Amino acid sequence: MLEAILNPWPWYVSGPLIAAVMFFLILSGRNFGMSGNLRTLCAAIGGNKACDFFKFDWKAQRWNLVFSIGAIVGGYIAITFLSTDVSVDISENTIQWLQQYGFNDGGSAYLPEQLFSMEALSNPKSLILIAVGGFLVGFGSRFAGGCTSGHAISGLSDLQLPSLIAVIGFFAGGLLMVHFIYPLLFA
Amino acid sequence: MINTIKYLLTGIAFGIIMFKSEAASWFRIVEMFQFDSFHMYGIIGSALAVGVIGIQLIKRNKVKSFSGEEIIIPPKAKGWKNYLFGGTIFGLGWGLAGACPGPIFTLIGAGFLPVIVVLASAIAGTFVYGMLRPKLPH
Repeated sequence: MLEAILNPWPWYVSGPLIAAVMFFLILSGRNFGMSGNLRTLCAAIGGNKACDFFKFDWKAQRWNLVFSIGAIVGGYIAITFLSTDVSVDISENTIQWLQQYGFNDGGSAYLPEQLFSMEALSNPKSLILIAVGGFLVGFGSRFAGGCTSGHAISGLSDLQLPSLIAVIGFFAGGLLMVHFIYPLLFA
Repeated sequence: MINTIKYLLTGIAFGIIMFKSEAASWFRIVEMFQFDSFHMYGIIGSALAVGVIGIQLIKRNKVKSFSGEEIIIPPKAKGWKNYLFGGTIFGLGWGLAGACPGPIFTLIGAGFLPVIVVLASAIAGTFVYGMLRPKLPH
């Protein structure tokens, strides 16, 4: 049992647990959506003075900020107490595919050193790439009205057509990035 | 106070699930877009299978919330442009940064400090969207 917790969790355990989190929030009268926190943070740091989109009662969203603080603490607990080896056992195909773009730690790390190590922070290219990635995540999720949690899990669970369109976009964008833009960025 | 603890604990559970499922791993996201593993599809698919059934049960049985109120799941606004364009932009970022908003928080807690850059720029992206919103197709 302890072994099973310390190892990576299989998809058939993780997926239903994510659904359980969603149900707990719904039964609490809330909704499951992480990117909404980015808007709340914008409002909280003064964005409400800049434009109407951030003029809303952000304090009503405080529960979700608390939830995201929990998500931070959960990451700390998971890596500190609930993991022995954090290398991610991805497929041999992906490992080899990544090597041609200079990612040599596929299969032996949780995140690629080339983008997310402290050394990478002093490399302008790596820094720009993760900043652009984050920017697109923030811009795109708000434009689409939600991210993976709000659309791919909550919206699709509720059989919402707009969420299906958004999720098709998520995959179109991801496939475009990995198959057509990576060769330009990392060649 | 009780509520704060409740949402904090739920968030902690969520963060642990994100990390332990490896949904927060950049490598898993790239692998997903390479169609080289069932893992991520299994996570999203099984969450959805449980989610669809559960939401139907809640709606059909008119299940009340913990505090006894009616549960209202607001439908998304109609349209397609913002969902398709915004979704594609999000996907480009998801493929590059390898993290969606939930895992961004989790990875920072796990000690991957450069992810703070991803969070800061995601907040900036949200801010720029707010400023440009009147000019964008919805």
